[in-house]
Amino acid sequence: MSKNLSIRHRAEKRFIAYGFISLILAATMLATIIGSMIYRSIPAYTNYSIDLEINMTEISAEDEFEDINFRGIIRSSLFSFFPEVESRSDKRKLFKLISSSASYTLRDFIIENPSYINKKFYFNVLFTDDSDIFYKGYVDTSLSESERRLDDQEVAWLNELKNTGRVKNKISKNLFLNGDSREPEVAGFWGATIGSLITISVTLLLSFPIGVLTAIYLENFAVKNRITDFIEVNINNLAAVPSIIFGLLGLAVFINFFGMPRSIPLVGGLVLSLMTLPTIIIATRSSLQSVPPSIREAALAMGASEMQVVFQHLLPSALPGIFTGTIIGLARAFGESAPLLLIGMVAFIVDIPSTFTDPATALPVQIYIWADSPERAFVAKTSAATLILIGLLILINLAAVLLRKRYEVKW
Amino acid sequence: MKLNGDLIMDEQKKQNNIRNKKSLIECRGVDVFYGDKQALFGINLDIGEKEVTSLIGPSGCGKSTFLRCINRMNDVIEICKVAGTIKIDNEDIYHPDVDVVELRSRIGMVFQKPNPFPKSVYDNVAYGPKLHGRILHKDDLDAKVEKSLERAGLWSEVKDRLGEPGTSLSGGQQQRLCIARAIAIDPSIILMDEPCSALDPIATAKIEELIDELKDNFTITIVTHSMQQAARVSQRTAFFHLGKLIEVGDTEKIFRSPDHEQTEAYVTGRYG
Ligand SMILES: Nc1ncnc2c1ncn2[C@@H]1O[C@H](COP(=O)(O)OP(=O)(O)OP(=O)(O)O)[C@@H](O)[C@H]1O
Ligand SMILES: [Mg+2]
Repeated sequence: MSKNLSIRHRAEKRFIAYGFISLILAATMLATIIGSMIYRSIPAYTNYSIDLEINMTEISAEDEFEDINFRGIIRSSLFSFFPEVESRSDKRKLFKLISSSASYTLRDFIIENPSYINKKFYFNVLFTDDSDIFYKGYVDTSLSESERRLDDQEVAWLNELKNTGRVKNKISKNLFLNGDSREPEVAGFWGATIGSLITISVTLLLSFPIGVLTAIYLENFAVKNRITDFIEVNINNLAAVPSIIFGLLGLAVFINFFGMPRSIPLVGGLVLSLMTLPTIIIATRSSLQSVPPSIREAALAMGASEMQVVFQHLLPSALPGIFTGTIIGLARAFGESAPLLLIGMVAFIVDIPSTFTDPATALPVQIYIWADSPERAFVAKTSAATLILIGLLILINLAAVLLRKRYEVKW
Repeated sequence: MKLNGDLIMDEQKKQNNIRNKKSLIECRGVDVFYGDKQALFGINLDIGEKEVTSLIGPSGCGKSTFLRCINRMNDVIEICKVAGTIKIDNEDIYHPDVDVVELRSRIGMVFQKPNPFPKSVYDNVAYGPKLHGRILHKDDLDAKVEKSLERAGLWSEVKDRLGEPGTSLSGGQQQRLCIARAIAIDPSIILMDEPCSALDPIATAKIEELIDELKDNFTITIVTHSMQQAARVSQRTAFFHLGKLIEVGDTEKIFRSPDHEQTEAYVTGRYG
């Protein structure tokens, strides 16, 4: 007996040890992934820029904004650092060191602050991604010229500019506030984030009520027969269908058949709803089933109708489970890219969407686009966007935990 | 001819355990099937107004099944079919025109396991009156809740914790809460299916006392496995065996000198 007992105790200790080791392994893996993401994303958060002296004294307030040569103004300001640069091609090369967005930002600034016309002032303009990467120390100057993005001439200019003390490393507002762009230093994930949020709202608004009502109907009202059995098997099946199939379906039905536009969150939301529905239906049904039958009996015996039983007793008790299921489904949809690629949400979209019919992209798709881009600077942006996606997913799951706590029923 | 007919009727009544006294519930030839399996065979039973009738019999003999016929809770079980007639106040409750919800609002039921709703004590009791829209004013509702809890002998124990969940009470308190919930809809009939089987002797004694008081206002039918309980609380006792009603009569008679041998064997504990 005592021998048997000690064997059992040892087995238990061993089991606990195994469990602990697996936990450590899982935690280390997660920490490694997140850690490397954070490390790789660091260059994305800041951007090197330079304060250029802008001379607008030759411009009078009567000029139309369209007539002002902002590009020329910036060029001459930049060239004033290097009076020795004469040839056209060298000048072009020099101008390429700063972001092509510079003249647009200056124009936007002047339109908003017309009082700067006639004045001389310092204006902060971004460097291009290549110069930025160089300043951040990612360009190995010991390599031969042909193997790097900047040649010796450009490196020399950049070093010279740095020596003027006008070069700064600032938090990159563009990353957090902009939509996509061809220029890495201008591209941001805000457009994709908003696109994702709009899409997921459409998904939630469609799939939650439809899923819950379907589940209630199947669970409490549907007559059990071949047809409902068939529907049930199919719903369970749909939950396991790869997401790309839903994309194909969305393309065929919503875009080709109903003629809805491509790339809009409405269609994205519809497609993701199809994908989320089975999860919500299954979760709702199982939470409804887990309500003790004695509660149902008590309510029926008090003279409650079937519908009152559902809405006054079953649903309130099942809510935590329904929320959990819904949020798991939504989180999956939130991280989904394949179906959205198929319905065109992979298009290059610069504007921030504001309604569910504006062309948009989504965070996972943005990550895919950036990961696929050759520029070095997009590597860091990919990691940064991934972190944002993970952060939002954590928020969603946190919401699930809070909702579950809030509506938990104690028996 | 007429005399002869009456005689035959009398003979039939005697055989079918039908009393001459006015009854509230009249059951004639009630058969119940669960799918192909028959659970009750031609039950003829009358239940008198404002008295306690206990249903006794070995496990699986169909007591609960019979009880659930009276408020049509068997309708909920898909495979369950009920034949024969059951009349309450001369109204056939299985008639197609009968509204089950209305029927159940006249009949309270207390289950074997206490099953308060996961709501506050107050809301548990107020549930029925609110459901049937009988009481609209908050003050009236408060009064109703207090009165029902008072009648269920629970008021003094819970008056300070009306907001706590009903599920946080002790087992015996929960069962009395369920009784309060049932009487809050002013039913004429209360059905109880082994209401004390999950309770200790003290809680049981309280509920038995309660049943005794309630019988002045309600017609009570109680299923019990305790002979002593049947003897203590009921005026009439019906003995079921294998889906058949073997004997029904005044409780005293059933326990002292039953007509049937099976009944005697069961009530004296020699059964099985
Ligand atoms: N939902 C059901 N489905 C199928 N058969 C059932 C169902 N409920 C009861 N039965 C059967 O009907 C018969 C009578 O059951 P019932 O529950 O009425 O017995 P009982 O007298 O209440 O027993 P106990 O004293 O153990 O509660 C039993 O044989 C039982 O197996
Ligand atoms: Mg029973």
